[in-house]
Amino acid sequence: MPAIYLDVAHLLAGSMLVLSFVLLYQDRITAVLNAFALQAVALSLSVAWQAFIQDAPLLLVTAGVAFVVKGIVIPTALHRIVRRLGIHREIEEVISAGPTMLTGLGLVALSMMLVLPVGENVSILAREDLAFALAVILLGLLMMITRRNAVTQIVGFMSVENGLVLAATGAKGMPLVVEISVAFSILIAFIVFGVFVFRIRERFDTVDVSALDRHRGERGEHV
Amino acid sequence: MAVMLDLGAQALQMLLVLVLAPLVLGVTRKVRARLLRRVGPPTWQPYIDLWKLMHKEAVLAHNASWLYRATPYLVFAATWVAAALVPTYAVNLMFSWSADLIAIVALLATARFALALAGMDVGTAFGGIGASREMMIASLAEPAMLLVVFSVALIAGTTQLSAIAATFADASIGLRVSLGLALIAFVFVAIAENARIPIDNPATHLELTMVHEAMVLEYSGRHLAVIEAAAALKLLLYFSLIGCLFVPFGMATADKSTDTIILGLMTYVMKILALAVLLPIGETAIAKMRVFRYPIFLGGAFAASALAVFLLFVSRSF
Repeated sequence: MPAIYLDVAHLLAGSMLVLSFVLLYQDRITAVLNAFALQAVALSLSVAWQAFIQDAPLLLVTAGVAFVVKGIVIPTALHRIVRRLGIHREIEEVISAGPTMLTGLGLVALSMMLVLPVGENVSILAREDLAFALAVILLGLLMMITRRNAVTQIVGFMSVENGLVLAATGAKGMPLVVEISVAFSILIAFIVFGVFVFRIRERFDTVDVSALDRHRGERGEHV
Repeated sequence: MAVMLDLGAQALQMLLVLVLAPLVLGVTRKVRARLLRRVGPPTWQPYIDLWKLMHKEAVLAHNASWLYRATPYLVFAATWVAAALVPTYAVNLMFSWSADLIAIVALLATARFALALAGMDVGTAFGGIGASREMMIASLAEPAMLLVVFSVALIAGTTQLSAIAATFADASIGLRVSLGLALIAFVFVAIAENARIPIDNPATHLELTMVHEAMVLEYSGRHLAVIEAAAALKLLLYFSLIGCLFVPFGMATADKSTDTIILGLMTYVMKILALAVLLPIGETAIAKMRVFRYPIFLGGAFAASALAVFLLFVSRSF
């Protein structure tokens, strides 16, 4: 395999990781959605490149699904939801950006330290993709716990799924059925989220999930 | 004879940066003025300013110590040495063995330390606040800068600028995300270090948010001229570093014939001018930041450079 193949794969997967950090860093809601769409595009490019390298045309379908569903449909729908909720100009109070970034860097280091020794006898490509994918997943989880807005939490969840797809394609051959069902489950989850966001909004006049804290069972007894 | 030629090439580089520095400043000011729909001063205005300041009387405060008088020359000397060591039009010049990236960072840190001390020397409030802010920015920018140095050095296998530039110009090192991230982080650091717009506004003298100008507010005459020249040299130094680390094309590498040297000189001037046009375009597009947002801005640079180093560890060596 020529070295340039590996370099391009590295570039695309690396740019996904960078976009995860952009998601973590960005505090304007519309910018978060755009960054998410960009990450999905990077994912589909990465998967398409893998299809080319591994000579697996089925992966092209995965790339197409990722591009259409997560690059176009979900971001557009989220944009519309945000607009209808009237929060498209809102700047979210990110919980202390500095420590969050440092934690994110720590998570990246952790995932690399975990994956690199484990996969010593697999191909360098799969190892790299696995390390990047684990980092993207952990950063998505971190985004979910540092955000207060329900919409950006949804974006965090979706970026976790981006990481999962990246891991699956790097590992040579995930059945197409699995991929399509994952994509559909994501769509279903997205619809449920959409309904849920509007319900939260209806009841509490806000999509800030910290408003829900007062209604948590274990604390209700003390208040 | 060969030694004389080598010495001449190095002397040419030292003079080149000195002569070019005010011009770069003039170009950025001119472009910025044109973007704001003003005519702006002529491009050679910084030379005239320096000439004028040189011939004005230097006024000193009564309680100024020797440190206050010595600092401008110290700052200028350190910055000039650093700027003259960065490869501009050719690699492997006579003193390139000492052109280490970490040494250049250290030289700039020395100059900054001296300037901060001088800012506090007279005891005015502005000097103190400028010095404290400069130190805050430095403490945030330097880790990011060192991580950029590490990532570049890990790829090239050395911290010596000349060798790095030669490696990047000749060998095909492929597509590297790390280098892109390092470039982003480096641009952030350069903006902060040169007191350019999101961090500091170089065009104002009386504003509560100023940093660099607050430190040098008490200086006048030849002292001010030397400090201004050092600031221009510092900007040129960062431009040259970008040119030498990230776009090292056209530099005279192995054979130093007249043709390659002229080609190197021309590409160097083109690179510098392109950067001098890009900088004000970026500056007019964004607004000045609040002081409390500096850590977030430079934290972004730190994150990008740390990521660059991490990615290097995944890609090859292990």
